[in-house]
Amino acid sequence: MVEITRKQVIPGDVIITGDYRPGMFVERRGTDLVALRVGLAEIVRSDVKVIPLSGAYFPRVADQVVGKVVNVTGYGWEADINSCFVGYLPASFIFGRDFSPATHDLNSRFSVGDLLMAKIEAFDRTRDPQLSIRGPGLGKIPKGDIVRISPMKVPRLIGRKGYMVKMISNLTHCEIKVGQNGLIVLAGPPDGVVRAIKAIDLIEQDAHMADLAQRVEQFLGASPGSSNSE
Amino acid sequence: MEEKRKLMDENGIRTDGRKWDELRPIRMEVGQLHNADGSAYIEFGKNKIVAAVYGPKEMHPKHLLLPERAVLKCRYHMAPFSVDERKNPAPSRREIEISKVIREAIQPALFLEDYPRTAIQIYVEVLQSDGGSRVAGITAASLALADAGINMRDMVVGCAVGKVDGKVVLDLNDTEDKEGSGDLPFAFMPNLNRVTLLQMDGLFTLDEFKQALGMARDGALKVYQMQREALLKRYFAGGVAEMSTTEEEAE
Repeated sequence: MVEITRKQVIPGDVIITGDYRPGMFVERRGTDLVALRVGLAEIVRSDVKVIPLSGAYFPRVADQVVGKVVNVTGYGWEADINSCFVGYLPASFIFGRDFSPATHDLNSRFSVGDLLMAKIEAFDRTRDPQLSIRGPGLGKIPKGDIVRISPMKVPRLIGRKGYMVKMISNLTHCEIKVGQNGLIVLAGPPDGVVRAIKAIDLIEQDAHMADLAQRVEQFLGASPGSSNSE
Repeated sequence: MEEKRKLMDENGIRTDGRKWDELRPIRMEVGQLHNADGSAYIEFGKNKIVAAVYGPKEMHPKHLLLPERAVLKCRYHMAPFSVDERKNPAPSRREIEISKVIREAIQPALFLEDYPRTAIQIYVEVLQSDGGSRVAGITAASLALADAGINMRDMVVGCAVGKVDGKVVLDLNDTEDKEGSGDLPFAFMPNLNRVTLLQMDGLFTLDEFKQALGMARDGALKVYQMQREALLKRYFAGGVAEMSTTEEEAE
């Protein structure tokens, strides 16, 4: 157990003064720790960070993202990952080291419009993010409905150790694939999908509330099997 | 410039009934436009301005991208119906210049180096114009950038000061702007206390200039409070500002 202090901040606000370590979206100015984004500043022990409430997705290595193939080149696939950069999946990651554009047909694996669950394998400031589909749960997504939420609210949708997303999945009998880039793919019975979308909307709206899990549980529990509960 | 009529009566009351150090009524709202990444609407007296931000997004044309930082683009535009006589919607010399000064007033507040090879686009659209639209535009653009979630050192907030009937007054309206004898638009970053825009039109003595600068800063700080409230209202409507809890450490 540890004490956490939360504070609403806007860019330029001094969160706290003193001997603290600046984390994400926090800058040290002399002894002041200053917020760089609109969000909730969190002070845990000597660490200060801001949980932003707005913003586009910016790729980070090891993130799982949902991508849509937008281009097939001679040596790989380009996928829209809801970011300012295009994700690149090299063909050698799929066909192995003996890949040759002459012998392998890239369209036989993924073509334009296909959805992928991928991992950001490598990304730095100089090149576009490289994707990989090696790993459990990664690969082509065969079916489902896409829902978008703000990428900054994805951690709330996932919940602590995946609690929230598992709960929604169990209560709506949907398979939910969540990309850290704010794209979510839902597959399951139609009424379940509708309820899951409503639950996700609720999370998007009330992401800053403390009792979010209970509210979502109550919302889903109060409307078992019906799609017209709201 | 010859003044055509009295802009201030013997009691120091201006044409619109304000005192010399009074701001016009101001209203701000954040996140009005759903298709932009960030947006804000501001009413600054009779000014009605929408600011929208897209980005960071892919830079086009590609040959203009910068390998180490984002390119900031800004367009200030007045709608044809924003003034008494229809304005030609093509960008005028004045609009191109104001686009440049807004961009340069905003740029110091942004961490452009956090978004290499990308572009951030700001649109400032004046729907109805009154005096001081560039500072109101800067205030709105800064709100839209915060709404778009771009890393910022500080907010940027603007306010103008001018000279009418030989007296330094805060926040000129359209009549005072056109018929007065001086205008001093000012924008700064309130927490850093750094000026990002300072222009001057007309003649001010050194003392008048110093007084004007102080007034502009005080006015801008008042606008900053409203800017702050608008952002907090958008993101934390009805929530508590600060709280402490004891809980298991989050992953």
